[in-house]
Amino acid sequence: MSYTIEGRTGTWEIVVGLEVHAQVISHSKLFSGASTTFGGDPNTQVSLVDAAFPGMLPVLNHECVAQAVRTGVGLNAQINLFSRFDRKNYFYADLPQGYQISQFEHPIVGKGVISIELQNGDVREIGITRLHLEQDAGKLLHDQDPTKSFVDLNRSGVALMEIVSEPDIREPEEAGAYLRKLRQILRYLGTCDGNMEEGSMRADVNVSVRKAGEPFRTRCEIKNVNSIRFVMQAIEVEAARQVEIWENGGEVDQETRLFDPGRGATRTMRAKEDAHDYRYFPDPDLLPLVLEQAWVDDLAAHLPELPDARRARFQAEYGIAFYDAGVLVAEQAVAEYYEAVARGRDGKLAATWVMGDLFAALNRTGNSIETSPVSAAALGKMLDLIADKTINGKIAKEVFEDMVETGESPDAIVEKKGLRQVTDTGAIDAAIAAVLEKHPDKLAEYRSGKDKLFGFFVGQVMKETKGKANPAMVNDALKAHLDV
Amino acid sequence: MLTGLTLTQARAGLTTRKFSARELAQAHLDAIARLNTALNAYITVLPEADVLASADAADARYAAGTAGIMDGLPIGVKDLFCTKGVRTTAASKMLADFVPPYESTVTANLLGAGAVFLGKTNLDEFAMGSANMSSAFGPTTNPWKRKGDEATALVPGGSSGGSSAAVAAGMALAATGTDTGGSIRQPAAYCGIVGLKPTYGRCSRWGTIAFASSLDQAGPMTRSVADAGLMLEAMAGFDAKDSTSSNRAVPQFHKAVGKSVKGLRVGIPAEYRAPGLSADVVAMWEQGIAWLKAAGCEVVDVSLPHTRYGLTTYYIIAPAECSSNLARYDGIRFGLRKDAPSLDGVYEATRAAGFGQEVRNRILMGTYVLSAGYYDAYYLKAQKVRTLIRRDFEQAFENVDVLLTPTAPSAAFAQGENMDDPVQMYLNDIFTVPASMAGVPALSVPVGLNEVGLPLGLQVIGKHFDEETVLSVGGALEAAAGFTHTPSIHAGAGA
Repeated sequence: MSYTIEGRTGTWEIVVGLEVHAQVISHSKLFSGASTTFGGDPNTQVSLVDAAFPGMLPVLNHECVAQAVRTGVGLNAQINLFSRFDRKNYFYADLPQGYQISQFEHPIVGKGVISIELQNGDVREIGITRLHLEQDAGKLLHDQDPTKSFVDLNRSGVALMEIVSEPDIREPEEAGAYLRKLRQILRYLGTCDGNMEEGSMRADVNVSVRKAGEPFRTRCEIKNVNSIRFVMQAIEVEAARQVEIWENGGEVDQETRLFDPGRGATRTMRAKEDAHDYRYFPDPDLLPLVLEQAWVDDLAAHLPELPDARRARFQAEYGIAFYDAGVLVAEQAVAEYYEAVARGRDGKLAATWVMGDLFAALNRTGNSIETSPVSAAALGKMLDLIADKTINGKIAKEVFEDMVETGESPDAIVEKKGLRQVTDTGAIDAAIAAVLEKHPDKLAEYRSGKDKLFGFFVGQVMKETKGKANPAMVNDALKAHLDV
Repeated sequence: MLTGLTLTQARAGLTTRKFSARELAQAHLDAIARLNTALNAYITVLPEADVLASADAADARYAAGTAGIMDGLPIGVKDLFCTKGVRTTAASKMLADFVPPYESTVTANLLGAGAVFLGKTNLDEFAMGSANMSSAFGPTTNPWKRKGDEATALVPGGSSGGSSAAVAAGMALAATGTDTGGSIRQPAAYCGIVGLKPTYGRCSRWGTIAFASSLDQAGPMTRSVADAGLMLEAMAGFDAKDSTSSNRAVPQFHKAVGKSVKGLRVGIPAEYRAPGLSADVVAMWEQGIAWLKAAGCEVVDVSLPHTRYGLTTYYIIAPAECSSNLARYDGIRFGLRKDAPSLDGVYEATRAAGFGQEVRNRILMGTYVLSAGYYDAYYLKAQKVRTLIRRDFEQAFENVDVLLTPTAPSAAFAQGENMDDPVQMYLNDIFTVPASMAGVPALSVPVGLNEVGLPLGLQVIGKHFDEETVLSVGGALEAAAGFTHTPSIHAGAGA
């Protein structure tokens, strides 16, 4: 256990479980045909169902069900062929029906597991308790009028997956790694865009503390934390707050709290005595959701390759290191870029170029992989030029910088600048002759036993050929000339 | 008398151009104008010009030979069905000014079949009641009177009391109803008309204001069993917008009426011989059994052992669903709104002003039975009992084709009676609730008058999606009973 809190009464460890709300990528809402596009004008993407008009009924969107199943498979989880929708009853102005349709007793996805990697290279497994489908609520706008609040129902009814972890997390860093890994899987699957700033992924953080070997103590739930950094901060400050309470002889109350990033502290949102009684019961407007195993199998068979599998394959197929493979699969677009470069070529060399010169160029020019000035095809072509000895590695750097600058193809640049590698033995011989003629003293020293000067001659010949000579050929020819 | 026709007779008259849809509509508008003050059967009567325009369009279709099965037939629509552009109140202050921008599937189907809507009929608030006494627009009065006691106003039953009174009094040829625990059948029996609750899922619930979603079912209220079949044909059918609607084909129900019932097995459930059943009802039941025997049915005793838990179970499940279904009436997006300084204040003020006592009672009961700590003891147990009740029916139907029971324990009672004891009021549903819990089709047929001249109905309950056998047996009862009585207040009376 690397993360602990040293209190006056001893050492405390933290226990954390995360509930992540991930907005499902789908064209329409979970139970209505209204659009789910982000950023529409208020109340322009609202059906009569979403606004809960009298007599309106929900109809399940099967694309959302498929997305939940894909996610479940991606989380190595049990897919429940029988699940059910329940009503979670409470009043709020952003909840038109007066209840949220959710899955309480019978979620669509059961237990699963994902493995996370910490900075020191340790790999841990974090259990998934369940995943269920539910409706999102609308949004209240309090800044439009001094005395009134406004309601925007565009988000009302959009499908969410609530993904609940086991209380397996023991450090803030693990929570961060868990969220990053989860987001990576969701993005690979195309089931959630994982965009925390737009609110399409949000986390509720359950935190408690205990001394080694103790059963769980009372936990607090920190609601709606909207960045990975804040999740890690919230865990730290909340754990410290709880240790303080226990050590002062107090009791931690089970309550719902909010994290205030400005103050770097959590505060009470809803005390235990104000906790809602949600009066869950099966939604009589919807039939139980019964899936066929064959349909689930078909979805699983057509799943995109997931990060862990792709990382292993990159190692095996392209002979690259575990760490490098991890960097290259972190983002799906990077992985696809890399693979387009590496396929049929030297995988290690491709990795060196992508992680080295390409990443540096993207950084420098403020681009992402999607907007890269050098396409994967162009970089691949450049590697081909190295492989067929049209250019050497040194010239390649120059060509690459030109590609970043101009967006031109590597062969065009090579032609334009006359960078083609010299492989003509006559030309190389001529360059050698010129160099030897210029440096009779050095030649004499070499011949009298100063072997180290060989490198000097190589350098001079390369200079003479403006760097374009094939280094191996220069080596061979020089040896022939010098060792007569 | 145009207002005294059955749908079948009126359709024949329209087809042969004996009279026009316009004349038929006008006769009903006149009857409504004359009688609605006394009966309060309609909450909203459509503007005369609109009604006549619909009728003219129907006449044009008859002339063109393109008339639908309900074409030109003037009917009432229970004010629980949302009607596009026409105020839909659910008899509640909450929706007193609510004009839906959409048409319910059932009324859209009826309009598609050519029906002419006269107006929106009265009901118990949000369909919660058995006497039509809880309407925010005042009670509907039953057009029937006790012999020798014309002064006492009787209830038409509920919750579809406006529909039953309108059909009985000649203010509509037929009307739509909804039935959650007996809301079509009991008022049909109290007003001497036919009422059919179809199998759950037969008619779409989309656009019908929800009371208890797992029980609500729309159905026809008519003057003959054949009419009920005809109108159900127009109302029923699969609707992709209602996940609980059935995709079974809709048969030509009216053709089932008149079919021989010879050899059908009719079950008489022992448990329906409940204490407190009035003697006239018992006698009518015996008469019904005798008629069916005479028609060639085989009558057998059956047992539905969980019947006695039906009412209690119903009064847990229906309020539980209603407490959730009615949460949307919060003053935020539509309907009544009472402003207050806080959000909770808006809810409290709006719902206190918008909901009447009976609705509040049921919301409170429903909230209670779903609450943490009570859910298992009430809601969950009630669901288990519901399964047992359903199984009772399934087992009985292994041996019989239909069941015959009284529709209600007594004839119509007076307005004001049963009002101080809600449990007494709820007992009116004792014979209708079990079929609702099981989701099976059930029909009430008027079969005679009691000693004070009030109509009594018998109930035929059938297997899931076997409305046809129910209608056949109902038709046999109708033929044997020859019920032709008319109520004291009637469009034809004194005219």
